Amino acid sequence: MLLPENWTLNDHNGETAVNQIAFKEETLKEVGRITSHYPEGMQKSALIRVLHLAQAEFGWLSVPAMDYVARLLHIQPVEVYEVATFYSMYDTQPVGKVKLEVCRTGPCMIEGAEGIVEYIEQQLGIKDGETTPDGLFTLKTVECLGACGYAPMLQAGEKFHEHLTKAKVDELIAHYKANPRANYMGME
Amino acid sequence: MSETTDNIQVTIDGKSISVAAGTTILNAARMIGGDVVPPAMCYYSSLKGSGGKCRTCLVEVSKGSEKDPRPMPKLVASCSTPVMDGMEVKNKSSQRVLDARQGVVEFLLINHPLDCPVCDQAGECHLQDLAFEHGLEKTRFEFKRRTFDKIDIGDYIKLHMTRCILCYRCVYTADQLTNEREHGVMKRGDASEISTYIKNSLDNDFIGNVIDVCPVGALTDKTFRFRSRVWYTKPMDAHRDCKKCSGKAVAWMIGDDIARVTARKDQFGEVKEFICNECRFEKKEKTDWVIEGPRHIDRRSVIGANKYEEPIPEHTPLLNKA
Amino acid sequence: MSRKLLLENDHIEGINTYDVYRKNGGYRSVEKALKSMSPDDIVEEVKKSGLRGRGGAGFPTGMKWSFIAKPDGVPRHLLCNADESEPGTFKDRYLMEKIPHLLIEGMILSSYALGANQSYIYIRGEYMYVLRILEKAIAEAYANGWLGKNILGSGFDLELSVSPGAGAYICGEETALIESLEGKRGNPRMKPPFPAVKGLWQRPTVVNNVETIAAVVPIVNDGGEEYAKIGIGRSTGTKLISASGNINKPGVYEIEMNISVEEFIYGDNYCGGIKNGKKLKACVPGGSSVPILPHYLVCKTASGQDRLMTYESLADGGFATGSMLGSGGFIVYDEDQCIVRNTWNFSRFYHHESCGQCSPCREGTGWMEKVLHRLEYGHGKMEDIDLLWDIQRKIEGNTICPLGDAAAWPVAAAIRHFREEFEWHVNEPKAALQVNYGLVAEKIFEPVTA
Repeated sequence: MLLPENWTLNDHNGETAVNQIAFKEETLKEVGRITSHYPEGMQKSALIRVLHLAQAEFGWLSVPAMDYVARLLHIQPVEVYEVATFYSMYDTQPVGKVKLEVCRTGPCMIEGAEGIVEYIEQQLGIKDGETTPDGLFTLKTVECLGACGYAPMLQAGEKFHEHLTKAKVDELIAHYKANPRANYMGME
Repeated sequence: MSETTDNIQVTIDGKSISVAAGTTILNAARMIGGDVVPPAMCYYSSLKGSGGKCRTCLVEVSKGSEKDPRPMPKLVASCSTPVMDGMEVKNKSSQRVLDARQGVVEFLLINHPLDCPVCDQAGECHLQDLAFEHGLEKTRFEFKRRTFDKIDIGDYIKLHMTRCILCYRCVYTADQLTNEREHGVMKRGDASEISTYIKNSLDNDFIGNVIDVCPVGALTDKTFRFRSRVWYTKPMDAHRDCKKCSGKAVAWMIGDDIARVTARKDQFGEVKEFICNECRFEKKEKTDWVIEGPRHIDRRSVIGANKYEEPIPEHTPLLNKA
Repeated sequence: MSRKLLLENDHIEGINTYDVYRKNGGYRSVEKALKSMSPDDIVEEVKKSGLRGRGGAGFPTGMKWSFIAKPDGVPRHLLCNADESEPGTFKDRYLMEKIPHLLIEGMILSSYALGANQSYIYIRGEYMYVLRILEKAIAEAYANGWLGKNILGSGFDLELSVSPGAGAYICGEETALIESLEGKRGNPRMKPPFPAVKGLWQRPTVVNNVETIAAVVPIVNDGGEEYAKIGIGRSTGTKLISASGNINKPGVYEIEMNISVEEFIYGDNYCGGIKNGKKLKACVPGGSSVPILPHYLVCKTASGQDRLMTYESLADGGFATGSMLGSGGFIVYDEDQCIVRNTWNFSRFYHHESCGQCSPCREGTGWMEKVLHRLEYGHGKMEDIDLLWDIQRKIEGNTICPLGDAAAWPVAAAIRHFREEFEWHVNEPKAALQVNYGLVAEKIFEPVTA
């Protein structure tokens, strides 16, 4: 897979940074804290969490972002690509600021998840896997998120929204339109 | 280091052998040789960590050991299961094994393009051999097969991912033979692919060995692509002085021309001494090599068929020029 | 009402904070253990308790602990498996979110028992907000001297941290979890060597489920024998059940392992019966991978006994007429649900979650999904049913890790018990897209003799 020709960073501040990938100072501190959890020489163990940080800060995992993480952890870039493409939470293509991830597995399906997906598709004018033209919302269907008893449900960023109804979906869309960063904990 | 003694007794399809502790069932079977040897598509003795993935080498352990004679409930991967003293193993003598193996071959083929007529690996392809021996006559898979674009990874190597069976051997090769691995397995499940992810050429001195370890036609030698079917070429043991590698290779010849160069493989298709890119890709003149003589190909495959049963005439010019 | 050992205090305001947790008896097991028990004493109590792994396999925990290798000078590790991803299962999230300190307390006891000084909680990446709750609780535990160097002056050191995944069901398999914790793809490892000998960073490692580790707290507090008094036979103690599907009161329930399935589904203290007065059609009692049971085998076994919420009773009859307790992911289906659609849905899940390392699972899960999709959407053929049976048979038991079995079992069980519904999909494809088949007819089973 190649880097899109005129790729840009989907920066949360709306700014575009090209080839200037670097974590903010406080994120670097967090990287230090995370790597300290593992013994000397085992810093690769921090990779999965550092990639979460990179995705939160840069919006998605571009090749320069992954190469930057490889340098930080002293590993080969290919080791990062392998991991980033394995796990379903990582976005190796640009996505909207708020990802609405609707669980589609068994218990959620029998409680009406398919109807919720359809309703979101209508409201946002996008299909599963697509992003709204304003770059605000991406809709994804995902596998079981461990909320089967509170179905149907969706996850937006780090937040779980359960017992969904059409009215609740309307509320959520309005809520995140007003404050796109609210999908991260402590960012309300 | 203490002396290792061959004191572990194992019986495979009724044939017994004593081997050293820690030997795998597959390697014990290879020591016995012949029909008791399970096929192996991903295991490669010189590559650490290889094996266990393709499941073609599954065997039945009908007796665990002398101490604990209970049979193992599941079939086990012979390449990664160590023998125990008194163990009894069934390979081809077990219907369960043949059944499972037929299943594995079918799984490996449902998304394989079956483009053997245009594949350079045909004739020396392990999947071809396996399908011939254990496969079904027709497919039961009625869906669109998975495809990938062919890509060049460097000047000499073509990656044809559609044919790949994900044995991971090339990844281990790059990991263990070169100091900077630049390709790996991306994505997961049936979307997994061998890739460099970014446009990248593999140009490490020893990376050409990924072609030799590939059991199928996923990684092929661009300097040989479409030049000849392998069974029309004559394999000759050859060597040269090389600063980077042992310089011991096989020159595959058409008349007096060297069509391709590979490392020397044993009867199980494994390279014992890897060769460098220079020997493999750049030394294609007969004068580059000292030709030792015809190479005996000890494999039950198209490539070994009907070739060396007749004695090589003494006046073969290549033999004498060396 | 059942006795509760884990969720006893889950209703208390602020129980997720250290102060409230401590005031309600929290961490007293650690005081008891570090002051008056040796590590082997704890292993002994856990053995006596009969505690079995709560993640799904049900392996005796004390025995698992006693397998850990103890080579000189090599650190050992305890990993908590909080990668809860089995469809139908959400108990660990509930426990960690409500009472994070209970897990930490269990981690201290279990690490002490195993001689592990650096332990990790591996949590699925989607539970990032729970990770933050755990990290806050861990910081409180450090601040109050329950973690770190020389805990309570006992000489025992423990560093504890949380490591997230990033979306991969397979990382709930213990060797895949270890790979993931090492920062790699979640490809399960070949065994042997087993984690107890070579696990995390090639060091001896034990991986236990959240609920298993939490259960060590009451076992140390009250003794293994007390714990073993609860339950029936080899199903001792309490079990967290995640109840979902077409029931009146879905949620997490802590049950003593002696109540009947009937009481659990219809009792007012539990699921409260089938929603909207519908009839029960089927039940998956232990998470998506265990065999689905048709209505007439849910509350009674094939031999006519009451089926109980225990490892043994749920498995009564083997796969022919029984199922498994598994992870306790209890999914209930009413008469309006389509078994073919549900089986296709589960197959899609396993196809999506296969790591792709070994051929039967990589290729077989996708194949099954495609065939089931065709059946569900009215393009199926009668031979497809036998084809599915053959594919699942060739996956089961032939893969590196249990994901292959987990993908095969639901398909096998659906065909075994609901074959007529599959055939109806082939014969009446249009109707099958509009209405549901309803209940399958009861079959008579020959009694199974062991």
